[in-house]
Formats: sequence, C-alpha cells, structure tokens
Amino acid sequence: MNKMEKEQKIHRKLTIKQIIDENYKTKTFFFNEKIDIKPGQFIMLWLPEIDEKPFSLSYKKPAAVTVELKGNFTKELFKLKQGDNLFYRGPFGNGFTAYSKKAVVVAGGMGLAGVSLLIESLKNPKVIFGVKQKKDLFFTERFKMDICTDDNSIGYKGLATEKLKQLLKHEKYDVIYACGPEIMMKTLFELAEKHKIKCETSLERFMFCGIGVCGSCACGNKLVCRDGPVFSSDDLREMKDFGSYAKLKNGKKASLQEYHKYRSKRIIKTT
Amino acid sequence: MLDLSTSIAGVKLKNPTILSSGILGTSPELIKRAFENNAGAATIKSIGPKPREGNNNPSVVDFGHGLLNAIGLPSPGYKNMDMEFDELSKIKEPVIWSIYGSKIEDFVNITKYIIRYKPRIIELNISCPNKEKGMLFSQDRNCAADVTKAVKNAANDIIIIPKLSPNVTNIAEIAYACEKAGADAINAINTVQAMVINIDAKKPVLHYKKGGISGPAIKPVAVRCVYDIYENVKIPIIGTGGITNGRDAIEMIQAGASAVGIGSAVYYHGIGVFGSIVNEIKEWMQENNYNSIKELIGIAHE
Repeated sequence: MNKMEKEQKIHRKLTIKQIIDENYKTKTFFFNEKIDIKPGQFIMLWLPEIDEKPFSLSYKKPAAVTVELKGNFTKELFKLKQGDNLFYRGPFGNGFTAYSKKAVVVAGGMGLAGVSLLIESLKNPKVIFGVKQKKDLFFTERFKMDICTDDNSIGYKGLATEKLKQLLKHEKYDVIYACGPEIMMKTLFELAEKHKIKCETSLERFMFCGIGVCGSCACGNKLVCRDGPVFSSDDLREMKDFGSYAKLKNGKKASLQEYHKYRSKRIIKTT
Repeated sequence: MLDLSTSIAGVKLKNPTILSSGILGTSPELIKRAFENNAGAATIKSIGPKPREGNNNPSVVDFGHGLLNAIGLPSPGYKNMDMEFDELSKIKEPVIWSIYGSKIEDFVNITKYIIRYKPRIIELNISCPNKEKGMLFSQDRNCAADVTKAVKNAANDIIIIPKLSPNVTNIAEIAYACEKAGADAINAINTVQAMVINIDAKKPVLHYKKGGISGPAIKPVAVRCVYDIYENVKIPIIGTGGITNGRDAIEMIQAGASAVGIGSAVYYHGIGVFGSIVNEIKEWMQENNYNSIKELIGIAHE
C-alpha cells in the first residue's frame, strides 16, 4: 500500500477557505488543499457526530464541493463558516472515461456539479443544462451552456432531453455524458442507444460504506460506490434496476418514485 | 483428481468459500454475482424482525489492518422482502439465510415466515448488538442454546447454524451448548469489539462510536476460536475472520473448519477473491499432495 492509497482510507482534515453563494439554495465550499481526483469519482465528507455523505468535487485546485441545501447533512454543512474544519476520505469510485472526441454533456439540476471536472477535461464539449426554473441556475459564467427550463423562465423551454433530441437531428456526437435525475439519464441512455452513441451516466443511491462491502447502494448486481458511480452503456443495458428501483436506507427495494419520496421526507424547504 | 468440495451438515459446497453475512448480500442479484465469481455458498444480509434504518455514517472504515464497522443491522423487515425471498428461493447454489432478532420470538417468527421459501440453511446472527437480559444471545450459553432450540423446533429439517461472537471468555462452551440444543453447524466468528478515534477530529470515527473489527487483524483470533470449538463439538464449523487468501483458508481448515467465511476480503480484492482463494487452495494442495479438502480439516490437532 503506497502513501496515497493509505491516505485515501483515513479521514483527513479540510479547512474551509471560502464560501460562495451560487443561488438561493446552493453554495460552493472551497477548501485549503487540492485533491487528486478523476472526473466522476467522489469523496466522503464527514461532519463528526452528524453524518458522512458522498460528494463530487466541483473544483480540484483548490478542491471544492457545490452543494444544494437538502437534508440534515447539508443543513449542518451550511452552518459552517470560513476557517471551520471538516473531514474527508477518498477519492472513491471509477470516474468518467474521457474520450478525445465530440462529446455532449447533459446535466440536470445539481448534476452539473457532478460533471464540472469532466467538462473542464474535455475539448469544447457541448453542454446542456436543464433546471426547473431560472433561479436554480449556477455556473452560468463558468461554462458555455445551452440552458433549458421547465417553466420557460430562460433559455429553451422544456427538458434537457428534448433539447438533445433536437440537436441530434443535425449534429453528430460520439459520446453522451449525463448526470442528473435518474429518469433524465434513463431517457438519455435510450436516446443514445437509438442513435448508437456511447453513453456514460453517474448514478446516485443511498450509500452506507462507500467502499464496496455493504451492498446498500446496489443497482441490479452492481455497486454504485465501487463498480460506479459512472456506468457505461454496456453496464446500463444489464442493470435491470436502472431507471426503476432503488433501495431505501433500511434496504427495502422501492420504485424510484417511492425512493425519491422517501429521500425528500428529509428535505428542507428553501424559497 | 483434486476434490475441492466440502459439506456442511449434508449440504454439498463445490468449494469451501462462503460469502459472509453483511457483505454484498443485500439483494438476490448480488448473491448471484458471488456465485458467478465462484463462491461455494453465499449468505444474505441478516433479515430483521421489523424495518430498521441502521446508524448514520461513517459506518465502515478501513483502519489499516482491517475494517471497523457499525452499520447497525439495517433491514426492510421480513414482512417487506417477499420479492427478494422469491428470487433467492430460485437460486440453485447453497444460499444461507441469516436472521436476527432482539427476542427469541423474533427468530422464531422470521423462521416460520421464511419457511415457505424453502431455505436449506438458516444462520442465526446471535452476535448482533440487540440484547436480551442485557447481553448478546451468544454471550451466554443458556441464551445461545435457547434460541437455537426454539428455531430448530420451528424449522423442521432446515439446517441451523448459530454464528458466535468472539467477545466471550470461552467460546467453545457456547458452541457446545448450541450443539446440544440441536445446532447443525457453528459459524465462528463475528466481529471483535473495537473503537478507532480520529485524533484530529478528537472523536471516534464511527458515528455509533463503537463497532466490530473484521479483516486481517482478527484472523489469529478466529483461528484460535475455531481450534477451541473443534475440540469441543462434533458438528461442522464455518471458520470466519480475516481470510483473504488461499493460505489463510487452509490455516482455518487445519484449525478445524469445514468451510470458510469470506467477508472483508471482498473489500481488499474485489468479488473475484473467491476464485483466487480457490485457485490458491488448489495450488497448495497439489504442491503438498492432498487430494481432498476433507483430509485437511482439523489436521493441526493431530
């Protein structure tokens, strides 16, 4: 076991250097150091005596996470100020495969934070960013993106998947990357299959261990934490639960609808 | 011809490796994946009496010499798992159904419920943190015997295997009490009580603070427990604790195990670890002129 391998297993201290308000419910927390990570991998952030949760990095040097105020963990995270400490271990998981070809990246809502490092690693990718409403946007200065809103408050009116469907009528892409609501990723995967384009999606499941032993994040016979969180078309074709089932914290297999309802029980109201 | 098969109370295993409870066994698909990767048998995550969410994270950490965990026995509860049970019952390879409870009645109720899915083997997780009379079932020989007897009575001819805790003074006498109460085999050991503190956070790393160690750190503890149990019982033993390669497995078998539980090794080497352990066992047997696993069981006692 080399030094880096050893380090990623033990929780290490991070200090918050800067906090940026991205929108009414989203903040970026910049840390005091860089973390060596591949786009699509994740770290486990630990707030002692609260909980530990998986996060993508939205920046690498210095490392940062971009987080939506959602449940108990993020509520506590949002209380932290510049100079406060927290802990992390990782990186874990596999990450995206960066093809040096013509790529389109589709992000839904907070999914954009999960593909930020990917976008930076690609050469002139097409980026489509779908949100419910204008006020949910972030990183609009950082990336050149085609914006879609459900309520027509800005950009293309309608779903990001519809926007891509239109683009595919006159543009050719070699790979579709996706991160966002699973229903969106399922639609994108089906679209990719129809057009015979490679697809990579980053999945989300409730996670206990994060290191490939407990089975809490199972999707079909795959573990989101260790076999994923990024899955390719070849994986997705075999994953029966993709787009349909997820496990609750107690392990009960639930429809995605029930899963989201369960997860949103803990959601904090933002205005 | 090299014979890697072994048997546990009449159930034949193509090789002595068994996926341990709590590792991956949350779904029938993952159990099938263990078999596709050459596991001889596979144990499901312990089924509980009612829905239970478990602890907050961190719940599993690698502390450098093994894993420390306190996941807290999350379970949908046996009444919410018919879809999974149905799939499990279709698997042809030996599936071990692990169950837990806080009262003897819980074990009996779960057994009576799952019996319709015709499990061949039930493992009693009596080394979990749920307590009766202020201690684990497996920390008192009378408690361990009572729960074994009650489940055995409810289970007709299903093979019953209590899984014992090493956190006791004399594990062999508890194993003996289970044998007298009708246990068909013994699994030893569950995790060893422990704690790790992060000195920068100045807090225990696990959210639950205390947990149990598995992995390489506990292998000598497990070998000693299996050795002691072997001298005290006639029923077969599944030796579990810290086995990550073929030599470890052979060591456990020489101590008296008829088969070996594989858990944390999945973390260290991935799910392909069953295949590599089996290959390493095979190579060692060829080099040392053994033709069957059965010749090796307990030979360290001779």
